[in-house]
Amino acid sequence: MAVSQLIGASIKRREDPELVTGSGDFVDDRSQTALAYLYVVRSTQAHARIDAIETSRAKEASGVLAIWTGKDLMSEFQSPLPVTTSFVPEKKYPNHYPIASDRVRYVGEPVAVVVASSKAAAEDAAERLDIRYQPLPPVLDIEAALKKDAPVLHDDIGSNIAYDVKRTGGDIEAAFRDADVRIKQRIIQQRLIPVAVEGRGVVADYKKFAKTLTVTSSTQIPHFVKIWLGVILGIPESNVRVIAPDVGGGFGSKIRVYPEEILVALASRRLDRPVKWTEDRNENMKATHHGRSQIWDVEIAAKRDGRLLGVRATQYLDLGGYCSQFGTFQAIALLIAQGPYKLPAFDGRGVGVYTNRTPTDAYRGAGRPEATHLIERVMDLVAQEIGMDPVEVRRKNFIAPSEQPFTNLLGLTYDSGDYRITLDKVLELVDYPKFRKEQAEARKRGKYLGIGFCTYLEICGLGPSVATTAAAGIGFWGMSVVNLHFTGKATVIIGSSPHGQGHETTFAQIVANELGLPLEDIDVVHGDTAIGPMGMDTYGSRSASVDGTAVYLSSVKVREKARKIAAHLLEAAEADIVYEDGKAFVKGTPSKAVTIQEITGAAFQPHRLPPDMEGGMEATTFFNPPNFVWPFGAHVAVVEIDGETGATRVVRYVAVDDCGTRINPMVVDGQLHGGIAQGIGQALFEEALYDETGQLRTGTLVDYMIPTAPDLPSFETAATVTPSPTNPLGVKGIGEAGTIASSVAVINAIVDALSPFGVKDVDMPATPEKIWHLMNRNGGTKR
Amino acid sequence: MIPASFDYVVPRTLQEAVAELVQHGQEAKVLAGGHSLIPLMKLRLSTPSFLVDIGRIENLNYIREDDGHIVIGALTTHHDIELSELLKQKLPLLTSAASQIGDPQVRNRGTIGGASAHADPNGDFPACLLALDAEFTVVGPKGERSIAAKDFFVDTFTSSLEPNEILREIRIATPPPGSRGTYLKFSRRSQDWAIVAVAAQVRVTGHEVTQVAVGLTGMGSRPLRASGVEQALRGKAGHDDELRQAAERAAEGTDPPQDLNGSPDYRHHLARVLTRRALEQVTAHH
Repeated sequence: MAVSQLIGASIKRREDPELVTGSGDFVDDRSQTALAYLYVVRSTQAHARIDAIETSRAKEASGVLAIWTGKDLMSEFQSPLPVTTSFVPEKKYPNHYPIASDRVRYVGEPVAVVVASSKAAAEDAAERLDIRYQPLPPVLDIEAALKKDAPVLHDDIGSNIAYDVKRTGGDIEAAFRDADVRIKQRIIQQRLIPVAVEGRGVVADYKKFAKTLTVTSSTQIPHFVKIWLGVILGIPESNVRVIAPDVGGGFGSKIRVYPEEILVALASRRLDRPVKWTEDRNENMKATHHGRSQIWDVEIAAKRDGRLLGVRATQYLDLGGYCSQFGTFQAIALLIAQGPYKLPAFDGRGVGVYTNRTPTDAYRGAGRPEATHLIERVMDLVAQEIGMDPVEVRRKNFIAPSEQPFTNLLGLTYDSGDYRITLDKVLELVDYPKFRKEQAEARKRGKYLGIGFCTYLEICGLGPSVATTAAAGIGFWGMSVVNLHFTGKATVIIGSSPHGQGHETTFAQIVANELGLPLEDIDVVHGDTAIGPMGMDTYGSRSASVDGTAVYLSSVKVREKARKIAAHLLEAAEADIVYEDGKAFVKGTPSKAVTIQEITGAAFQPHRLPPDMEGGMEATTFFNPPNFVWPFGAHVAVVEIDGETGATRVVRYVAVDDCGTRINPMVVDGQLHGGIAQGIGQALFEEALYDETGQLRTGTLVDYMIPTAPDLPSFETAATVTPSPTNPLGVKGIGEAGTIASSVAVINAIVDALSPFGVKDVDMPATPEKIWHLMNRNGGTKR
Repeated sequence: MIPASFDYVVPRTLQEAVAELVQHGQEAKVLAGGHSLIPLMKLRLSTPSFLVDIGRIENLNYIREDDGHIVIGALTTHHDIELSELLKQKLPLLTSAASQIGDPQVRNRGTIGGASAHADPNGDFPACLLALDAEFTVVGPKGERSIAAKDFFVDTFTSSLEPNEILREIRIATPPPGSRGTYLKFSRRSQDWAIVAVAAQVRVTGHEVTQVAVGLTGMGSRPLRASGVEQALRGKAGHDDELRQAAERAAEGTDPPQDLNGSPDYRHHLARVLTRRALEQVTAHH
């Protein structure tokens, strides 16, 4: 065996510089150096050149430690912010650095940072900065971005088009040739603001001698942040620790590596002290990414008997001022727009454009609400056109259970599902025939009731390593460590990073179920890269099916080791050992059992183990799922519209979801409730609006209307259970289903309610005024 | 954000408070419940260098009947108004409006005096107080004076209070028997400011509408009276068609804004619909 030359070499101790300069970290040194506070000065212009930033007056303000502009910091960045090479590989995107140095492209883009001894001092000093801009004409929406003479955001790209790609399957020409009915429709997916209850925040602490960086960040992706902090700031990944502590919601808005994570870390390194930044709600509204912001142009070919023949769809996606890390993920909508239906042909085109607005990225559902909205509006448009019940149109087009696993037009294979069962159940729960009678009665009294369906199919569980590498440029997987301590208590490390989903509860249930440990003896640890250095984090309803399966598999490995040790302790053959409720015994003699706690104790005393066995009770699993998981469901919204004012209330909402095995039905319901509320928010209330200069007009929660409890009905939820064949737990995903299904269910219900007025579609958010206009546009039936 | 720095004083009497205002002039702002001023300060849209917190001045939180008038202290909270038995009986218009302001937290902190002095054209109390012909008793360096509601609300966020004056009390003539009132508010979400709201106060004597007052919220830069409606209905029997015809005049002379919540056309329409519904409610069963 070759001996490394380094073994035997007198290398200088790396511990010493710190120790000999009196900078060591002994117990008595543990009084935290005072935090410095960073304030991000943001562009007030949508599109402008930065002529000058005068900092001298601000630097004189009390408490100021440092003020840096983009120009001051640019040399520190060894890489721009990451953009995934994937989802739309053939895209053009600019180098996007954490802070602008010569040009700004959206209101809210960082242009300077002020670090001071208190947050108030930093904000006061920031007001004394004198920033001179030379305004450029802004590009304010998708259509403006596409105009021939539009101002160009990124000179090196040469146009505002990031990509223009086709995603097709089947013979679309034949579909339209054979069609009895052809329908055109434009669907607007308005720009939304995710509004997690906790905004973002970062604390960074760089240690000069150790060259280690610890960053605590309100993020969904501590593991990705760790990698990219290292890459951008030139710090070895192993020297970077990222902690995602309690995180107050994300909805996708914390799925990317953000400028502030880099800037705060950099400030700590430059000042040699810990630095903190937390955004306030105003920053959150304009500097945390937005979602959706798409226009869809749709053409439908169908037979008069209700069979769908083909869909042409162009998705125009507004990326905002830059291409965010997963900004093009939303184009996944084109791969799954087929939904749970047999569609002979799909002709999809995706166009991504830059505009002078906040960058967009994943927002709860990310591409799937858009795909679902499309195909579920298609179902209702066809139904309306041919005079058939929308339920019947869906039934006519459902993929039959005998066709599962079904490969769709874009090559994705659904794992399981009889899509009729959730629809049957929801129809029974709403009492559909009774509703139609009530609707007819109410119309006579000037009350407009409507019912809207959504029978969705969702792709979750990123993901199969091969498939995600093809689509996403990186192989995804799940990760867990199940580690039993001497006394039989368990630490479970997971690779996902929850921010409200309840993983500490549900993942403990998985372990308890396999090992028979009391729930309170299981500690689920997440979101600290020093404890779990590898993980793929939390987004896309992936955690239960991927990391949950990894937890299950590690638990099984531990149990199998426990059986072996039990066999040794009980002097029996392993094959005769039964493991039940946390005890192992020889088949037929449960009274002479050894408990998992006793077995674990033995595992840490090598003399009590079989001679060829290593000590410890620990198992690690990297789980690579063979496929995605495909939850489905049927949601029904019932709305009531005031015929005079257009005021619309969702008076009933019934959801039947099939997410496979339900580890914790209450947690599933919680995810559904929040998701449905957000989808109703998109349908009725929410929209990020900009003025003609590119200023966000809906920058507070007064103007940006998220729904509140009194604006929503009490949700009725129910389940069918079709275990996924993709993983041994049989779980699918549920984190986004509510959002995916509910916005279109509500819109379908509104269109149904307004059918006496000849209404075929309603733009979101369906405000009372829009509905009033629709009811009155042809003279209406004014009372 | 964090408000710009400011000095803060907590006077114990109105006289002390007025003296502080006199001393600090335009730099000073009166703080009551803080539900309008503090958000503005946090956005640094308002940067007063001196705050006079009148919240701990005694005897400014009361609702009582006094010599044919309902009198309400300026620091009376929306919550206290909402639950007042006296007001439920004699001025249900006010309890109805109070119950629709914001959420319980806002109603526990916000005060009728603060809401009036703030003169938000989308606030709920101003239109009610205008419809009720309230009198505002204000204290200044030269003593007290009384301002009629029609003169009190001047423009957006502007009342006729001088910078060194403080609102002490609101006085409303006790409505005679047979009077009824209600506040109908239209907003997109339950806790929002009104897009349009209507305050209706009506007295039906026998088979005749003897008194009618309609106040409008959200129809201009200050609360307005729908005098066309009042004229059309006064002296009528209050039949459905009369209410309908009167309500058609609700938008006359109004100049509502175009904003995120609605166009002027829509607000005109809402004013008519809400006025008719409010009138139907307060004249029902007569």
